[in-house]
Amino acid sequence: MDLFEYQGKQLFARHGLAVPSGEVADTPEQAKAAAEAIGGTVVVKAQVQVGGRGKAGGIKLAKTPDEAYAEAENILGMDIKGHTVKRVWVEAASDIKKEYYASITFDRSAKMPLVMLSAMGGMDIEGVAEEHPDALARLHVDPLIGFQQHDARWLIYHAGIDVPAQKGVLDALMKSYEAFIALEATLIEINPLIWTEDDRVVALDAKVSIDNNALFRHPDLAELQESVTDDPQERMAQERGVTYVKLDGDVGIMGNGAGIVMSSLDVVALAGGKPANFLDAGGGSNAEAVATALEVLLSDPKVKSLMINIFGGITRCDQVAEGLLAALDTLGATLPIVVRLDGTAAPEGRAILAERAPDNVVIEPTMLAAATRAVELAKEAS
Amino acid sequence: MSILVNKDTKLVVQGITGREGQFHTLRNKAYGTNVVAGVTPGKAGQDVEGIPVFNTVRDAVEATGANTSMIFVPPRFATDAIFESLGAGIDLTIAITEGIPAHDMMRIYTHLKRGNQTLIGPNCPGIISPGEATVGIMPTDVFTPGRVGIISRSGTLTYQISKEIGDLGIGQSSVVGIGGDPIVGSSFIDILQRFEDDQDTDLVVMVGEIGGDDEERAGVFISENMKTPVVGYIAGFQAPPGKQMGHAGAIITGSSGTAQGKKDALEAMGVEVGTNPTEVAEMVKKRIG
Repeated sequence: MDLFEYQGKQLFARHGLAVPSGEVADTPEQAKAAAEAIGGTVVVKAQVQVGGRGKAGGIKLAKTPDEAYAEAENILGMDIKGHTVKRVWVEAASDIKKEYYASITFDRSAKMPLVMLSAMGGMDIEGVAEEHPDALARLHVDPLIGFQQHDARWLIYHAGIDVPAQKGVLDALMKSYEAFIALEATLIEINPLIWTEDDRVVALDAKVSIDNNALFRHPDLAELQESVTDDPQERMAQERGVTYVKLDGDVGIMGNGAGIVMSSLDVVALAGGKPANFLDAGGGSNAEAVATALEVLLSDPKVKSLMINIFGGITRCDQVAEGLLAALDTLGATLPIVVRLDGTAAPEGRAILAERAPDNVVIEPTMLAAATRAVELAKEAS
Repeated sequence: MSILVNKDTKLVVQGITGREGQFHTLRNKAYGTNVVAGVTPGKAGQDVEGIPVFNTVRDAVEATGANTSMIFVPPRFATDAIFESLGAGIDLTIAITEGIPAHDMMRIYTHLKRGNQTLIGPNCPGIISPGEATVGIMPTDVFTPGRVGIISRSGTLTYQISKEIGDLGIGQSSVVGIGGDPIVGSSFIDILQRFEDDQDTDLVVMVGEIGGDDEERAGVFISENMKTPVVGYIAGFQAPPGKQMGHAGAIITGSSGTAQGKKDALEAMGVEVGTNPTEVAEMVKKRIG
């Protein structure tokens, strides 16, 4: 789960990391009130989960509350790389002496946390890593020992942090790691971490991701989860607990198991078609799961044909077939539906469909044949 | 022969009295697996169709000599269960549970690598050595005894490929589902090494998917350390970046972890990669059929 900057900063503050004082605003009026409460020059920042906000005009300085109103009015509703701005964060402007970079990531390859620090902050860190690899200090942390002060010092010396800022950066790194552990984060990125004219070290941005699998231990964080998607099918799938990802093609796809669905997408593409989605109805794939999955797929107006790819393991294909018939009965779909059943009780499942399924249901014996047929039918329909 | 599970397996099931735990335990037993014990705290003295239940794994090991554990407990108790199994000295722990937090897995993995015990999974379908034993949730009908080893991050895709290979008259020595999470106890490399050392495996099929760099590392390992031929398959060419495709570990981060990148890396190391399960089966047939 990715958090918005304002959520990240609020969590930082709770873990003792210095952040500029600020308030979140949904309307220009609220932004103005926030600017009045904060006092002095403020920054109005678009809250979207995408990089390049500044370049897109989503971050503006406002010297007065009226200016804050005007900037918020401009920014709210703005489209930044496909993300609509619904909220702004209004915070006290900072006097920046220098910009640093700090992050803690869950390094999947090393299977440990990785802490990175650089004196070259405020820019694209991948570019820094490429052009000035020595400017980015990197250190893995043994998760059974934790992040120690000597680790932080090693990073600070190797990153070449300016002496007057070293103590502040050390504190920021220690607090960031505490937050990383406490929140069960998979990412904490502060870019920039600034050294101010009055020698403080402050997090000027906050990129925080939380491990979805750990949310059961963090009910407060689970509450922050909100739908960031504007796509109606993705919303519907989220509400009903279906594993779904929207793509831009016209062949709707469902199957039982992440691997076989990914493979189905690939096979549809190889057959010259374009998959409309990823949908894993789950290992169980009982009648109810099939019905819910179908409902999501059929609500997408771009879908011209469906490919249902089931490999019966513990799930019996005859039960899947019955579930499919029941779902079609209720939903009354008319578009072509290509079904491939294999594995446990596949002959029984195919027999059930052959006997009782409506004419728009086509049975194919293999995954390749099903994909090819679904692609042909989608082309005929468009 | 086979790897990891076989006639010498003495299985204890953690979470044996749960609905799923009981169902799959009995299926494993019916296949021929030697299920010696179950563990559910507070239920010592009971039995599940003749399989004795103990309060702790240590008690079960002392009483029965169990050497393998299958974990069937919900995610919020699974980390504890894995550490309990490791603490009781179990050689091979197979965690079926999906949804274990990543921070827990970082700790488990770091601890594990300091010793000589083996963890398969989590979020995996288990292991089958056809004709000998099975531990997990795989549909046993799909597999036949033979000389092809299979390693996979995905359950259903494993069944699909095994069946396609079986349809061509080729069976399996062992089939290992390593799991779909970002951190799993055993990587492709760990299992490839075991198949390389197994006298009765003539070829290995490696079924990968998007996310991480386990396949890329495996490619290097294969070219440097393996005499046994390997055929690869990668799922997820159509996956967009930044979206999790079902498995917690199946996600392209930035430009890394793509299916194309993995395919290219494997092919650069001389590993043939099929574009679909049927083609993979044909490649296997061509090599050893």
